[in-house]
Amino acid sequence: MGVADTPTLSAVALTRRFGERVALSEVSFGLARGELTAIIGPNGAGKTTLLSILAGALPPTDGEVRVAAVLERRAGGRDPSRHGLPRGSVGWVPQEPALYSKLSVAENLRLFARLEGLTDPEAAVTRMLEQTGLADRHRDQVGKLSGGNQQRVNIAIGLLSEPTVLLLDEPSSSLDPRQRARLWEFIGELAQLGTSVLYSTHDVHEAQQHADRVLALEEGRLVFAGSPAEMDWEY
Amino acid sequence: MRWLLLKDLRILRRSPLLVGMLVLYPAVIGALIGFAVSNPTAKPKVAIYTGVPIGHRVVTLGGQKIDVSKYAQDLYSSITPIMTSSPAQAVADVRSGQALAALIIPSDTVKQIQSLIATGDGNPTVRVVLNDRNPLERDLVQQALQSRVNAVQSAISSQLLTTIAADLRLVLTGGKISFLGRSLDLLGLRNTRTIVQGAVTSLPAGSTLAPALGQVVRFANVAIDGLALAAPEITSVGTPLTIDQTELSGKTTPTASYAIAIAAVVLLMFVTLLLASGMLALERSENAYGRLIGLLRPSQLLTEKVVLATLCALVLTLTMSAILSAFVAIDWSRFGLWVLALGFGGLAFASLGIAVGALARDVSVASLLAFMISLPIAFIALVPATAVSGGLATALNVISFLFPFRAALQAVSNAFTGIAPSIGLPLLHLVVLTLLFAVLARAALTRFADR
Repeated sequence: MGVADTPTLSAVALTRRFGERVALSEVSFGLARGELTAIIGPNGAGKTTLLSILAGALPPTDGEVRVAAVLERRAGGRDPSRHGLPRGSVGWVPQEPALYSKLSVAENLRLFARLEGLTDPEAAVTRMLEQTGLADRHRDQVGKLSGGNQQRVNIAIGLLSEPTVLLLDEPSSSLDPRQRARLWEFIGELAQLGTSVLYSTHDVHEAQQHADRVLALEEGRLVFAGSPAEMDWEY
Repeated sequence: MRWLLLKDLRILRRSPLLVGMLVLYPAVIGALIGFAVSNPTAKPKVAIYTGVPIGHRVVTLGGQKIDVSKYAQDLYSSITPIMTSSPAQAVADVRSGQALAALIIPSDTVKQIQSLIATGDGNPTVRVVLNDRNPLERDLVQQALQSRVNAVQSAISSQLLTTIAADLRLVLTGGKISFLGRSLDLLGLRNTRTIVQGAVTSLPAGSTLAPALGQVVRFANVAIDGLALAAPEITSVGTPLTIDQTELSGKTTPTASYAIAIAAVVLLMFVTLLLASGMLALERSENAYGRLIGLLRPSQLLTEKVVLATLCALVLTLTMSAILSAFVAIDWSRFGLWVLALGFGGLAFASLGIAVGALARDVSVASLLAFMISLPIAFIALVPATAVSGGLATALNVISFLFPFRAALQAVSNAFTGIAPSIGLPLLHLVVLTLLFAVLARAALTRFADR
C-alpha cells in the first residue's frame, strides 16, 4: 500500500461499554483521503459514540484509532484529551452547536483557534469567515444567529485547523432544505480539496446522495460498509 | 487556560444582570448576617409604671439602707424604658405594640418589703405584662426583667443576712445598739457568762443558787459556741458566690470586626460557589464541553474555573472589606494575611463549586445546588456550640468540618484582627478541603463524560 492509499483515519476494533451496556462493538474501518463517508443507523445504534471516540472526546473501552499512521487513542486511556498528540488532524462538529452564545462569531473562532494552538489564529479566523460566508456577521453574537448560521459557525470551528479528517454528527438535522443544500455543497467542496469527511445521519436518502461510502450501525455493530449503490441491495 | 479564562471574563462582562446579582446579593446577605450575628441584642422597649413615690424607695435593714431605685437604673440600662403615668397606660402601651412588656410596681412595694423583713409578714409583688404575639421577643424581655428582679432580690437578701450576722455578733460579744433613737449597751453572752461564773465562785458552799447559775453558765457556753460558728457562715451566705472571670485568649475578637469577617466569608462563598459551579456547567449547557475536552485536560478545565472564581471573589471581597473598614477599625498592616486567608478560603469554596458544577448537568441545576449547599453550611457553621445539645452539636461540628465555611471564617477573622495566635491551622484545613473537592470534581467529570 502506497502513501496515497494509506487511510487518513483508521478505526481498529473499537468497542465502548457503558457499564453493562455495549454501545459499540469491535467496529473497524478506514477513511481514504477526500472520501465522503456517511454513518447511518437508528437512534441508539452508536453513531454519536463512534464519532466521539474518533474525535478524541471519549476514550474507547477496547480498540484504537489511528490518524495518518499516528496512534491517536488507545483503549483504556482515561484521559480523553488529545493534548500532546498532533493537533489539527481531526476536526469535530458535534450535533448541537458547541458555541458560546454570548461571544461573537469571530470571538468563538478566535478562542478555539487559540485552544487548538494554531500558529496564526487571526489568519485562520479570517479564512474560515470567508470560507463559510460569515465575514459580514463576524461581530454578531452567536446567540442571535439563526440555527443555520450557528451550524455554519459550528462547522467553521471544526475546520479551523485545516484537518485531514472532518467528523460531523448529524450536521443537517436542524437546517431547512435551502440551508441543507448549501451545507452539502460546502462539504462536497471540502472533500474535493482532500479532506476526509465522516458524518452521521438518520436520513438514508441523504447518505445515498451525499456519500461515496456508507457505514451502517445497528446496536453498536457495523452491519454494512459499501457504496450507496450496494446499500440498495444489501441494506 | 489563559484564553479560557479571558473567554469566561468576557462572558461575565456581557451578563451585567447576572454579575450585578452575584455581587449585590451576597454582599447584602453577608452584611446582614454578619451584623445580625455579632451585634448585641437590641434593648427591648418596656413600659414602666412605678407607684412608689420618690423619697420612699429606701428599705431599712437594721442600720443599713438599700436604695431600690439604684437597681431600677440597672434595669433601665438593659431595656428602653417608657415611663407611664398609670398601670392602665402601661398595659395599653403593650397592647398597642409600643412596648414589648410592662413592669408595674405598686405604691406599697417598698413598705411590703420593709414589713416582710421586720415582721415576716408582707407580700411585695411587682406585676409584669408580656406581649405574647412574638415568642422570641417575649423571651428576650422576660430574660431582661428576670435578671434585674433577681439582682434586687439578691441584694436585699445579701444585706439582710449581713445585718443578721452583725446582730448575732452583738448578742455574742455585746456592744452599742440604737433602739428607738436611744443608744444602749448590750451586755452580750460572753460577758454574761463571765459575770455569772464570777457570781457562782463567790457563793457560799452549799448555796442553793449554785446549781441554777451552773445551768445558766452551761447554756451560755453552748450558745457562745453555736453563735461563734453560725455568724461567719451566715455572712458568707449573704455573698454566696464570688465569680472570678477569666478570658481564655486574653482578648476577644471585636464584634464589629467579626461581623465584617462573616460578611466577607459569605460574599466569598456565594461568589466562588456560584461562579465555579455555574461556569463549569455552562460548558455543558453550551455543548462546548465535548469540544473543549478534546483540546484540554479535564484538570486544566477545572483549574481554570477555580482560578476564575477565586480571583473574582477575592477582588470583590477585598473591595467590600476595604469599604467596610471605613466604618469599623481593621488592622490594615495585616493586609497580606487578609489576601492569604481570603485566597485560601476562595480556593476551597471554588473547589466545592467545581464539584457541584461537575455533578450538575446545566447552569440552572448547578446554581440551585450551589444555593442549597451554601446557605445551610453558613448557618450550621455559625450555630454556637453551646446552643444545641451534645449529639446534635457533634453532628453540626462534623458537617462544619467537612465544608470550608468555618475554617474560612476562622482564617479571615484571625487575619482581620490578629487576636488568635495563628491562621496556619485553618489555612491547612482549607488546603485539605480544596484537594478533597477537586478530586471529587475530577471523578464526577469523568463519570459524566463517560455517559
